[in-house]
Amino acid sequence: MDERNITFMFYGLAVAWGILAVYAVLLGLREQDLKKQLETLKKMVEEKK
Amino acid sequence: MRSKIVLALGLVGVPLLLRNLYVILFNLPDEMEQGPVYRIFYYHLPAFFAATLCYTTAMVCSILYLVKKSARYDAIAMACTEVGLAFAAVNLITGMFWGRISWGIWWAWDPRLTWALICWLVYFGYLMLRKAIDDPTERAKNAGVLSIFAYVSVAITWKAIEWWRTQHPGPVLSIRTGEQRIDPAMEQMLYVNTLALATLAAIFVITRLRQEEVQREIDALRRYAHAL
Repeated sequence: MDERNITFMFYGLAVAWGILAVYAVLLGLREQDLKKQLETLKKMVEEKK
Repeated sequence: MRSKIVLALGLVGVPLLLRNLYVILFNLPDEMEQGPVYRIFYYHLPAFFAATLCYTTAMVCSILYLVKKSARYDAIAMACTEVGLAFAAVNLITGMFWGRISWGIWWAWDPRLTWALICWLVYFGYLMLRKAIDDPTERAKNAGVLSIFAYVSVAITWKAIEWWRTQHPGPVLSIRTGEQRIDPAMEQMLYVNTLALATLAAIFVITRLRQEEVQREIDALRRYAHAL
C-alpha cells in the first residue's frame, strides 16, 4: 500500500509539472510561429507596395 | 516593459516553485491518515485557486469589454481563460491521482467534481466559440457574454462543497472555515505554492496576451495586403 501511495504521489506531481511544462512549450512554439508569420507578411506588404 | 515584468516574475516565481517542491518532498511530514499521496494537494488546491483567479479576471475583463468596447479587455479575457484552462486541467487530473489512492476510484460523479468538469468544458467551449467566429467585434461580443455566464459554473464549483454533501473533502483552509483544521505548516505551504502558481499564471497570461496582440497585427496586415 505504501509503495503505491508514494508512486501515485509522484504521478500526481509529475502530471502537475508536466501539464504546465507542455503549456509553456506550446506557448513558445506559438510565439515562434507568430513571429515568422508577421515577418513574412511584412515582407509581402513591402513587396506589394 | 512587458518583457521586464515577465523576467521579474520569472526570477521570483521559478525559484519559489523549485524551493516549494523541495520543501513539499523533503521537509514536510506525511499526513497521518493519507500518507505521502496527500502532497498532491499542494498542487491540486493552488492550481484551483490560480484557475479561479484567471476565470475571475476573464469575467471582469469581459464586462469591461462589453461596457467600454476596448479590444484590449477582450484580449485579456481570452488570455486569462486559456491559462485558466491549463491550471484547471492540473486541478482535475491531480485530483484523479489522489482519488485513486484515497477513494479507490479515479472519478466520482459528486457535485464538486462534476461542476469542476462542467466548468472546464464550458471554458473550453468559450475558446471554440472564438475560433468559430471570424468577425473580431462579433467574436469579442459573443465571447464576452459567454464568459460572464460561464462564471456561474465557477461560483457553483466553489460553493459545491458547502451546498451539497460531497465525496470531495470539505473546506479545510482557516481563511474559509475560521478554524484550524490542518497543520499550520501544511496550510502555510498551500498559500506559498498558491503564490508561486499564481506568479506562473501571470507570466503565462502576459505572454499569451502579447501573442494575441501579434495575432491581431497579423490579421490587420492580411486585410491590408488583400486590399493592395
